Amino acid sequence: MLRVLARRSWRQLQRRHHQAAMPFCSAVLPDGIDRSSDAFACNSAAVQDVISQLQSNIRQVLGGGGPRAVERNRSRNKLLPRERIDRMIDPGSSFLELSQLAGFDLYEESLPSGGIITGIGPVHGRLCMFVANDPTVKGGTYYPITVKKHLRAQEIAAECKLPCIYLVDSGGANLPRQADVFPDRDNFGRIFYNQAKMSAEGIPQIALVLGSCTAGGAYIPAMADESVIVKGNGTIFLAGPPLVKAATGEEVSAEDLGGASMHCKISGVSDHFATDEIHGLTIGRNIVKNLYMAGRGENSPPSNSSSYEDPLYDEKELTSIAPVDQKQPFDIRSIIARIVDGSEFDEFKKYYGTTLVTGFARIYGQSVGIIGNNGILFTESALKGSHFIELCAQRNIPLIFLQNITGFMVGSKSEASGIAKAGAKMVMAVSCSKVPKITIIVGGSFGAGNYGMCGRAYSPNFLFMWPTAKISVMGGNQAAGVLAQIERSNKKRQGIEWSKEEEDKFKSKVVEGYDREASPYFSTARLWDDGIIHPSDTRKVIGLCLSASIKPHPEDTKYGVFRM
Amino acid sequence: PPASAAAGDDRGIEKILVANRGEIACRVMRTARRLGIGTVAVYSDADSAALHVKSADEAVRIGPPPARASYLNASAIIDAALRTGAQAIHPGYGFLSESADFAQLCETEGLIFIGPPASAIRDMGDKSASKRIMGAAGVPLVPGYHGDNQDINFLKLEAEKIGYPILIKPTHGGGGKGMRIVQSPDEFVESILGAQREAAASFGINTILLEKYITHPRHVEVQVFGDKHGNVIHLNERDCSVQRRHQKIIEEAPAPNITNEFRSHLGKAAVSAAKAVGYYSAGTVEFIMDTISGEFYFMEMNTRLQVEHPVTEMIVGQDLVEWQIRVANGEHLPLVQEQVPLNGHSFEARIYAENVPKGFLPATGTLHHYRPVPVSPTVRVETGVEEGNTVSMHYDPMIAKLVVWGENRHAALGKLKNCLTNFQVAGLPTNITFLHMLSNHWAFDKGLVETHFIEHFKADFFPDEVPVETDVAAKLSATIVAACICEMDYTTLRKMIPSGNSLLPLWYSQPPFRMHHAAKRMIELEWDKELTGSFPMTLKLVITYQLAGSYFIEIGDSDSPGLEVKIMHARDRDYKIDVNGLQSNVTLAIYSKERSKHIQVWHGKHHYHFRQTVRLEQYNDDGLEHKKDFQASSHPKGSVLAPMAGLVVKVVLENGSFVDEGQPVLVLEAMKMEHVVKSPRAGYVNGLQVAAGQQVFDTTVLFNIKDK
Repeated sequence: MLRVLARRSWRQLQRRHHQAAMPFCSAVLPDGIDRSSDAFACNSAAVQDVISQLQSNIRQVLGGGGPRAVERNRSRNKLLPRERIDRMIDPGSSFLELSQLAGFDLYEESLPSGGIITGIGPVHGRLCMFVANDPTVKGGTYYPITVKKHLRAQEIAAECKLPCIYLVDSGGANLPRQADVFPDRDNFGRIFYNQAKMSAEGIPQIALVLGSCTAGGAYIPAMADESVIVKGNGTIFLAGPPLVKAATGEEVSAEDLGGASMHCKISGVSDHFATDEIHGLTIGRNIVKNLYMAGRGENSPPSNSSSYEDPLYDEKELTSIAPVDQKQPFDIRSIIARIVDGSEFDEFKKYYGTTLVTGFARIYGQSVGIIGNNGILFTESALKGSHFIELCAQRNIPLIFLQNITGFMVGSKSEASGIAKAGAKMVMAVSCSKVPKITIIVGGSFGAGNYGMCGRAYSPNFLFMWPTAKISVMGGNQAAGVLAQIERSNKKRQGIEWSKEEEDKFKSKVVEGYDREASPYFSTARLWDDGIIHPSDTRKVIGLCLSASIKPHPEDTKYGVFRM
Repeated sequence: PPASAAAGDDRGIEKILVANRGEIACRVMRTARRLGIGTVAVYSDADSAALHVKSADEAVRIGPPPARASYLNASAIIDAALRTGAQAIHPGYGFLSESADFAQLCETEGLIFIGPPASAIRDMGDKSASKRIMGAAGVPLVPGYHGDNQDINFLKLEAEKIGYPILIKPTHGGGGKGMRIVQSPDEFVESILGAQREAAASFGINTILLEKYITHPRHVEVQVFGDKHGNVIHLNERDCSVQRRHQKIIEEAPAPNITNEFRSHLGKAAVSAAKAVGYYSAGTVEFIMDTISGEFYFMEMNTRLQVEHPVTEMIVGQDLVEWQIRVANGEHLPLVQEQVPLNGHSFEARIYAENVPKGFLPATGTLHHYRPVPVSPTVRVETGVEEGNTVSMHYDPMIAKLVVWGENRHAALGKLKNCLTNFQVAGLPTNITFLHMLSNHWAFDKGLVETHFIEHFKADFFPDEVPVETDVAAKLSATIVAACICEMDYTTLRKMIPSGNSLLPLWYSQPPFRMHHAAKRMIELEWDKELTGSFPMTLKLVITYQLAGSYFIEIGDSDSPGLEVKIMHARDRDYKIDVNGLQSNVTLAIYSKERSKHIQVWHGKHHYHFRQTVRLEQYNDDGLEHKKDFQASSHPKGSVLAPMAGLVVKVVLENGSFVDEGQPVLVLEAMKMEHVVKSPRAGYVNGLQVAAGQQVFDTTVLFNIKDK
């Protein structure tokens, strides 16, 4: 590692030298930060508060279901879900956890991480999607958000062709909420449907039964290609002993009814018998090791760029760049400069439609096309964006969207220029291009801007938010203004006097509601995104996501009808 | 025939066959090579790739692994010498070195036996004959009565003549049966009657003999050398008192705490002894020294080059193998007595594969890691093995001899301790830690050595509890090991990443990425507390990856604060590590054995052995029958397992016989030593299936003891 670092810093030196010699080397972005400005200092302090809040929220959910539940779990010789994953992935390797704050403030009771841990990590050099129930949170039962998070993990796995590893330890559907969990298309049943479809596509489905696996849950190992069950702790049955007694009068122990020995020797529901949890996790690793595809590197095409340079500027400064006040403009290039290799960015159509920045760069050696907002989208910006997306799709270059968008320009001039048409082109291009897409919301994400810039509805492979980001159909103040206007005219029609005070009260209520719903916590709790990330982790997270989403055989893109 | 001309040839010896193996074979060949003499090794099937074979110019296979069929196979060895045209045979020590018949056979076949005349070997080989010869030559013998008169009153008078305490021994048998130590005349009659009864019961003959009992004996021996012209000199003495299982482990020259006058008496007695049997070549006259009276008595003479000869070489500055060859060539001794120097002090520590806490039982295994200390003019390492070799059950389990020299005893001892600290062996149990403890003991430091040294200070060497400082050092070592394991995994994984995927390495960059928290890792290490009988201690280490690429390591259930460890440099098994700002060198040896991963670490003057019971990837136990056969607990109560791998030489009892606790049931032989397997309790022998001549393995169930 030291050697690599040494080499890299030497290259960096060389690069600087190179720059000095060639001052017009336009590909290298300038620093772009005025560190001495008051605004910078102010914002840094404000962001620090936001980050502290984030960290305190994270600390809460990392504790799972609380000390007592954790203690109970330990006493059963069971590890916590994140510890299980740590033991399964290659020792000392990275894990990209998704939607840590799912379910945050969503229900009356707290549901840390939505009661399920999902994420990507390597096993024997093969990236896998992990779905791990947290038995310390409501017995690992499935709330609606739990189902959603499970399905989202499967969606990513299906899209990126990642083997799925289910670390099962769940009491099944949360019975009080059965109506929101059981019957709909994207409810509990979809889990097994996905397993079947992925298995059919050759995406390995592996289940490790580390705890109970009752009722519907029993289908997770049953549907898996290979399954492991742990003696003593693991049980699989459609109905537990109490229900069996009630139904048939038969008295039977959990172990005899659906324990490891029975399922491995008699029923054949499980394939591998583990003497304890660590043994089970080891068997799980071996299963991945023996996948024909394991460690063969077909996650990405061969690349000739085995070495890369770090950005020239400190990634930690990203924290200070993100404005807490969405009204403050900033140059998206100062972010790009801190996430791409050598801070090199080859801009496309730099001087046309300048509110949208497009260009090519590399991240950890991987070519990417970057689309970032530098203000409101005009017709030209939208056209430029559509053009660039087509270009990347043609060349099979993954797309990175850096969202900071208040929306498309409004007004008569704009409408007359056909901005709706231009926006539609961008939406068409984004929807149809079959390259990996990763969206990071670094600032605001409002209105149709969210759509054109590959929001959640456009199925980017991954979508993350900065803690300073906000999502809503429009800004709170704008919405309050629009709603107040409508309200006033209603009242006027009914002949009701509307005092200034009442109007202000009405407006502030709207603003308050919008602010609450625009919060990244509101978004992430509902899984509108795949998680909130620390701004300084942006480059790393994009790199890991790229690694997971690049396919060996690119698909051809086919577009619909572009309105010209 | 090529060899027939050798003996009387003026050209002298030009090619030597070394009829031995291991370090001594290598040692002899080294001198031969220096003198421009060709070398021939012999080897059994177990040694075809051994170091002594590699060290020789030629090598001849002489038979299957058991020594009886190979290294003790005189005719095969003679054939090998004739076949390769060697004119002389050096027997080393052990094996055929003290076989008068073999020496005779060499002569008959026209080969030079590099050693004493066959007649001297024969004379000294018979213990009672040798005592008679020595008595006649005026060499002091342990006072005693060996006569036929068994009258109690007569014996009591004899005892008074000898002086108390007295040792009563049956004239026949052995194993300590019937032996009595009598402290005063009051106990004499009762003891004699008891001894006679016991002797009669055990051996059928009740005759006994009397000897002076020496309460605090030292084992002091004198190196003698003679030539074929009647010259005999001595090369000073060695002290070999520190022994376990009646085998020496640390020897030194000269003997500590003796006067020059005593030395010269001792030397003269030894020379007289050698002259009395017409001795030539290298020999050793062993004496027992009474530390209380200061008297010394002849014990026996070893008619060979001894294991511990290097300590003598170090203080006299001579090569005794060279002397042996010269004498065999008919040359005169290179020095006369007055010219023999005594320069400085030398120690030899014998490094054995052995299980010290299990009563120093010989051990077998693979030398997964073997790094002796670097040699210099004052540090010698005599070894016959290399890393990767196996110490098998067929031969002596000695791995190496560490020989150091210093200007005085203090300097030499310092060097010994330092070398023992840095002598790295992993893969099988060794006595290195024990030797280190011995050399650090205050009484040893003072030279207060005696034959019962280890027994007397047993409590110091085998404490019930680990001392606090050991505990602290072990935890530090465990911390370092944890950091090294993380580093090693990192390096291994980086190598494993398939090429062609440019982004995959990102998943293995350090520190490992976690969303909004530091990655942690748990490593459990079992600490084998080497010399205490206590159970291994499990240390749970929690490693937190730090941004700077270092590790913050805490030990669970411990009040010690965490340590920040950074690996500064790693190469193969050697690491330079920084612990809270203090940099030092660490060596790690890792190997798998018996389903666990063993990790041995050398750090400063510390050496610890940890085991990781993590399931290895190849863990294949189906778990449905998870009772493992090697677990003693899974055997029925009363089962007796073989303490070691070996050959059953004698089965004393049969199934159904009643045994008392501690009564011998069968005898195993391994590593040239016999081990009596005794009943753990009173009861009836049951399930005894082994027979004499059968090979058994470590933990084989030999028999069990039932109540009925």
